Amino acid sequence: MVSRHASPSEIAALRQELGFDRPILVQFWDYLTNALQGDFGHSFRYRQPAMNLVMERIPATIELASVALFMAILMGVTIGILGGSNPNSILDSLARGIGLLGQTIPTFWLGLILIIIFSVNLGWFPTYGRSTFELFGLNIPDKSIVLPAFALSLFTTGQLARFTRSAVLEVMNEEYVTTARSKGLRKIRIYSRYILKNSAIPLISIIGVQFSYLLSGSIYIETIFSWPGLGNLLAEAVSTRDFFLVQATAFFTSFVVIGLQLVTDLIYMLVDPRIRYR
Amino acid sequence: MIKMKNHQKENINPESTGLLVDLEEDRSIRARLYYIWRLLWRDKAGLIGLIVFLIIIIAAISAPLLAPHDPLQQNLIASRQPPFWAEGGSFEHLLGTDNLGRDILSRIIYGARVSIMVGFLGVSIAFSLGMVIGLIAGYKGGRIENVIMTLSNMVLSLPYLVFVVFVAAILGRSLLNVILIFGFTNIPIFVRVTRGEVLRLREEGYIEAAMSIGQKTPAIIFKHIMPNLLGPLITLATFEMSAMIFYEAGLGFLGLSVPPTIPSWGNMLAEGRQYLTYFPWMSIYPGLAIVLTGFGINLFGDWLRDVLDPRMRRMKK
Repeated sequence: MVSRHASPSEIAALRQELGFDRPILVQFWDYLTNALQGDFGHSFRYRQPAMNLVMERIPATIELASVALFMAILMGVTIGILGGSNPNSILDSLARGIGLLGQTIPTFWLGLILIIIFSVNLGWFPTYGRSTFELFGLNIPDKSIVLPAFALSLFTTGQLARFTRSAVLEVMNEEYVTTARSKGLRKIRIYSRYILKNSAIPLISIIGVQFSYLLSGSIYIETIFSWPGLGNLLAEAVSTRDFFLVQATAFFTSFVVIGLQLVTDLIYMLVDPRIRYR
Repeated sequence: MIKMKNHQKENINPESTGLLVDLEEDRSIRARLYYIWRLLWRDKAGLIGLIVFLIIIIAAISAPLLAPHDPLQQNLIASRQPPFWAEGGSFEHLLGTDNLGRDILSRIIYGARVSIMVGFLGVSIAFSLGMVIGLIAGYKGGRIENVIMTLSNMVLSLPYLVFVVFVAAILGRSLLNVILIFGFTNIPIFVRVTRGEVLRLREEGYIEAAMSIGQKTPAIIFKHIMPNLLGPLITLATFEMSAMIFYEAGLGFLGLSVPPTIPSWGNMLAEGRQYLTYFPWMSIYPGLAIVLTGFGINLFGDWLRDVLDPRMRRMKK
C-alpha cells in the first residue's frame, strides 16, 4: 500500500486514513455496526467496497457449482440406483468404488490431474479461465467449464452414489415393495412409484448439504482453473492479506450455506408429510 | 439392599447368559489379538487399509532412515529430472526432482510426518475435549446442554473449508497453528456424537439399574458410559483423521498450512502447480500419497465401524 521505504509519517498517515490508529475495540464495534448495515469495509487492494467485489463474483461460482451439482446428480444417482437395485453385482462394486474414489481423491489434486491429461496432453479443453459465448443476450460458458465442474463434482458424485445405493437397498427390502411385487406390478412402475420416490427423501437433505460442499470446494477448483468466482476471490484475498475482503467473502459464503440448510429443511417437510416443525 | 445388589449382578453376568461368545470366553491378550486378526482376515479390505495406514505411519516415524536424500538439499544441476522410468530419469532420484533439484521421493516420505502429526494430534485434541464436553452436555442436560449444543451447531453449520481458511489466514503459517486449528474446529462433531450416544445410553437398562442402586456419577460415567462411547468415537476419529489430512493438504495447497521450508504434501502440490505443464511429476506423486493415505484410512475405518458396533458384527456372521 505504501512503498517499502515509506517514512514513519507516511505510514502513520495511511494508518489514519484506514482507521487503524483507533483502539481495537472501537474498530471492531464500528465493523460490526457497519456490517449489520451491509457495509463490510473496503478491500485494501481493490479500493472498493468488499461486498461489491463479492457480488460481482457470485454468478461465476453459482454457475460452476450448479453445473457440478447437475453432473453429480446425473452420475451419482444413476450409479447408486443401478448399484442398489443389483446388490453384490459388478454394478454394485462400481457404485461402491466410485463412492470410495470420491472420498479419497482430493479435489485439488484431481483438478491438476485433469489439466495434465485433458488439457496438456490431449488438448481437448483450455487449461484455465472462463470463456463464454453469447446466447439470447446471456453469457453462457463454453467447454471451459467442463473440467472444473467435473473436478468439483467427483466428491459429490461419490457421496450421492453411496447414499442412493444404501437408500435404494433399504427401500427394496420394505414390505410394501414386496407387496407391490407380489401384486405383479410392472418393474418400471415398482421403481418409479415405490422405490425411487421413497429413496428420494433422504437424498434431498444430502443434496442440500452437498451444494454447500461444492461452494467450499470451489476455493480449490477456482484457484486451479482461475475461474473468476468467489472461491478464487477468497484465496486471492487470503494471499494478499486483504482482510476486509476475506471477511466479506467468508461471511457471504457462510450466509448462503446456512440459508441453504434452512431451505433444505423446508423442502424436506414438503416431501415427507410425516415431518412437521412446530 | 446388598443382597439385591448381588442378585442383580448375577443376573447380568455376561458369562452366565452364554450370549457372548468368542472374546468373552478367553480374555488373555493372545486370544484377543487372535480374535482381532480373525476379524481382519475375514474382511480383506480392512486388512489392506490397515497395512497401507501402517506403511504411512512407519514412513513418517522413520523418515530419516528411509529417505534416500535430504528433503531440503537443493541441487540445481540435477533439477527437474523426471521419474526413473521416463526418459532422462535416473535411479538416483526414483520419483524425479523438483524445480530446485530436491528429491521428490524423500520429500514425500518426510511429508508424511506433517500429515500424520496433524492427523494424530488434531484428532487427539478434538477427541479428548469433545468427549468431555459431550459427556457434560449429555449427562447434565438442562441449560448447560443447551449452551453447548447451540455453540456446536453454530460451528457445524458453517462451511468448514471457508471457516478453516479464514482462521488459518488470521493465525499465519506454522505447524502448531495447523494442529490447533484442526483440533479445535473438530471438537463440535465429537461433542455431537458423544452427546447423542450418552442420551441413548442413559435409557439403557443397565445404566438405569446402576443409577437406581445408587452408584456415584463418576463410577457410572467411567464404568458404564465411557466403554460404550469408545466404539463410535474411535470410528469417528479415524474418519476425522483422514479428513484432517485432506484439509491440511488443501490448506498447504492454498499456501496456508506449514511454512514452505517444511516438506509437506500440500506444499509440494502448491509448488508443483506452477510447473504443471512442464514437470507434471512434481504434482502427481505427492497427490498420490494423499490418495493412498485417504484410501487406507477409509478402508480401515469402514472395517472398524463394522467391528466396533456389535450389532453389525452379529449381522455379518
